[in-house]
Amino acid sequence: MRGAGPTEAPPARALPPVGQIAVLSMALVIVGGIYMGAHLPKHASLGLPIGLLVAAGVLVLANLAQLVRLRPFAWSTFWLVGKWALVAYLVITGMLEYVFVLDGTRGSTLVVMTVMLAIFAVDVPVLLAFSVARYQPAEERH
Amino acid sequence: MTEVISTARLAGAPGPGGEGAGPGEQAAAAPLQIVPLAGIPIVVAALVGLVVALALNKLWPLEFFHVVGGGLWTGIDLFLGFIIGPVLGRMSIPARVEFSKRFMPKMVLLMPTLVIITLTGGWQLARHVGNLSTASPNHGWIIASFIVVGVMAIVALGILEPANLAVLFELRKPAPNGALIGKLMKRFIYTAGVTGAMQVATLLIMTHLAAS
Repeated sequence: MRGAGPTEAPPARALPPVGQIAVLSMALVIVGGIYMGAHLPKHASLGLPIGLLVAAGVLVLANLAQLVRLRPFAWSTFWLVGKWALVAYLVITGMLEYVFVLDGTRGSTLVVMTVMLAIFAVDVPVLLAFSVARYQPAEERH
Repeated sequence: MTEVISTARLAGAPGPGGEGAGPGEQAAAAPLQIVPLAGIPIVVAALVGLVVALALNKLWPLEFFHVVGGGLWTGIDLFLGFIIGPVLGRMSIPARVEFSKRFMPKMVLLMPTLVIITLTGGWQLARHVGNLSTASPNHGWIIASFIVVGVMAIVALGILEPANLAVLFELRKPAPNGALIGKLMKRFIYTAGVTGAMQVATLLIMTHLAAS
């Protein structure tokens, strides 16, 4: 199996580190989630989780800002993968949210957990969509 | 992503209807689905069953989902990493491509389903039996399991799943880039040790919890 012809993966070009930043952001919310999970159903001190959450949120916003400036890029592939991955991860995070609510998690603890899950639900689709689209033929517009 | 797509043919091979097209080439021309539609009702049924088990909050259904999901997740991960992976690595590239085209779409559906069933069922089970409580003697083991799952989530979602999808999309092309596929597939080899270690740690933690 040799690469040949016009459908060969485009030559590597410098792309912003969207994947790496998404993984870092995801790791921050996972660490925050483990910390929170270690204290639930009791109320945990929220200083560390909120700090991690803010850092993860900043990374997500930075990632989205990098993404919207990307041209040319395989945007149709990005959206195709991204939208279905988003549906899947909304279901997954929805299940986790359901369990936390079912277990009586409330108030600021629930808010922090919910925002963490929301960041996770955005991070993974962005990562999957970018990882696929970067190897597809680029388009000028999106 | 669920559309049926005409698959890639191995570069240099005659077309599916071409002269001399053998069974192997016909197999190579079989349609490729990124997400196998036939599996979606099974996933939905499993998730509905999980929601019912969570809502009932009874020991047996929670244990069923956590043990079945976790056992399959761990077993499949170890079997893939240490049995299928090395076998695949010794096969010819066309054979690896053929295997991957049929195998990887199924993993796109199977593994996330097993993971969510295991984690949500396990969380509720730990709460049900009191292991989540900070006063429980098993609490430290539960935290250890969170850390193990966190590492596995980063490896799976940050490294393996993006490579899996990128390979599947590459295989849709009329002339897939073998070098790119090889590069992406190496991620599975590099992470097999980490995943294997985490799964063995999971077995140790979970059998300890079950025995205590």
